[in-house]
Amino acid sequence: MEWSQRIVITGVGLVAPNGNSLAEFRKHLLEGCARIQRIDMRYMGLVLAGVCAFNATDYQTKKEIRTGTRAGSIGIYCAHKAIESSRLPWELLDKSRVGIYVGITEHGTVETENEVYQLSQFGYDTKYWNHHHNPRTVANNPAGEISINLGITGPHYTLGGACAGGNLGIIQGVQMLRLGEVDYALAGGVGESTGSFGIFAGFKNQGALAEHADPNKASRPFDRDRNGIVISEGGCLFTLERLDDALERNAKIYGEIVGYGINSDATNTVLPDSERQAECMRLALKKAELQPNDIDIVSTHATSTVEGDRRECQALRDVFKDAPNTHFNNTKSFIGHTMGAAGALELAGNLPSFEDKTIHPTINVDNLDPECELPNLVTHTPKKLQRANTILSNSFGMLGINSTVIVQRFNS
Amino acid sequence: MNDINEKTATDVRQIVLDIIAEIAPDADLSKLRGGTSDADQTPLRDLLGLDSMDFLDIVMELRKQHHIDVPEADYPRLNTLQSCVEYLLPKFNGK
Repeated sequence: MEWSQRIVITGVGLVAPNGNSLAEFRKHLLEGCARIQRIDMRYMGLVLAGVCAFNATDYQTKKEIRTGTRAGSIGIYCAHKAIESSRLPWELLDKSRVGIYVGITEHGTVETENEVYQLSQFGYDTKYWNHHHNPRTVANNPAGEISINLGITGPHYTLGGACAGGNLGIIQGVQMLRLGEVDYALAGGVGESTGSFGIFAGFKNQGALAEHADPNKASRPFDRDRNGIVISEGGCLFTLERLDDALERNAKIYGEIVGYGINSDATNTVLPDSERQAECMRLALKKAELQPNDIDIVSTHATSTVEGDRRECQALRDVFKDAPNTHFNNTKSFIGHTMGAAGALELAGNLPSFEDKTIHPTINVDNLDPECELPNLVTHTPKKLQRANTILSNSFGMLGINSTVIVQRFNS
Repeated sequence: MNDINEKTATDVRQIVLDIIAEIAPDADLSKLRGGTSDADQTPLRDLLGLDSMDFLDIVMELRKQHHIDVPEADYPRLNTLQSCVEYLLPKFNGK
């Protein structure tokens, strides 16, 4: 493939419940440090959640924070960090050639719930409905806030893909760079769902909201005693650019995006389909011109639901049945499910494996569910690998959207 | 004799200042904090960099916090702190 068609990651900006930089996030993943807490949820009382502790005023005025959204703040923080880490000469760049592609699971739920609650304090008289409601809840809000904050005049929009959103943002960035529509992409995803009682109550009434006496043990994909999702907030945006541009400016290359796949189950609103998930992974492998055994690390999507984890494992066993070198891990066991951010954030946490040849573990697997058995599932502690050149990252979402991204170590 | 609940111009000035501090938390209010001054007659848009959404915020907070409605036709009356006080004082006192 021509270098102008090869797309590389040259910057990473993230906020996670257990870290506000790639270095801190990675350190905690290697140390087994989860960070889940109880928060007071309107109408529900205490619930388990992953909450990020970044300082939004580093990059926003207090007024911007007051009138904007949490997803916007997360996106802005990640965008600044992604640009800083890319070492792009930002002030000199033509901002019309920068695209912002932000994956979301949902947007507007938090803001609408808050506004309706405020309205209830005034007898539901709509003259008290806030005029900030519309700009806060339009679907492009998180990307648009980044555009305004950074003066980026290229395209900005979100990609609604349920919990596959983060991967969709990355894939969109790759495609737009290949098409020559932009020269730089800020691509990934954000999630602010911890602000919505409706999302917690929805999962709870579906029997899919995690509960555990120890918050840090609540998110336990593949464990026999798992009982649901821990809802979290977070964000991750990558700086993406074409390989020739990155080489010309001698940029640090975190990895090359060599393949991706997106498809649909077309079966059920919530229950995933193993066959289509396997198909999605094969699509990505085909694009990357790789065989399953070429994959060193699989970052699984597993969310700690009983059925979802089993179905993904079934798909993984199918695709990787002849891949003795492939290892599997899961990041949600540390940080819960960051929704729209998940795909990008979970990929980011694995990228340093290219340098340290170590795969972080899946924690909280005290009693492996026999139906979640995977060869080389890394549990409890990190594992040193013979080879760590290729990562395959899965993200699946409601309504049966599947996405896979494959990233390779770049060798000059 | 004044009603004990009747607001003075100083009271209303403080109420408006508190609302501005809330809706424009980054604005430098020092020129207005020290008591009535020439700054009271400077358009808030120029003095504090308020925009049209900020004025809508002021209107909304007057409505929410003090049950005072400002019709759209009267928005220009909120131009300066002094004009705010002159316009709002009778409203606070139900006149």
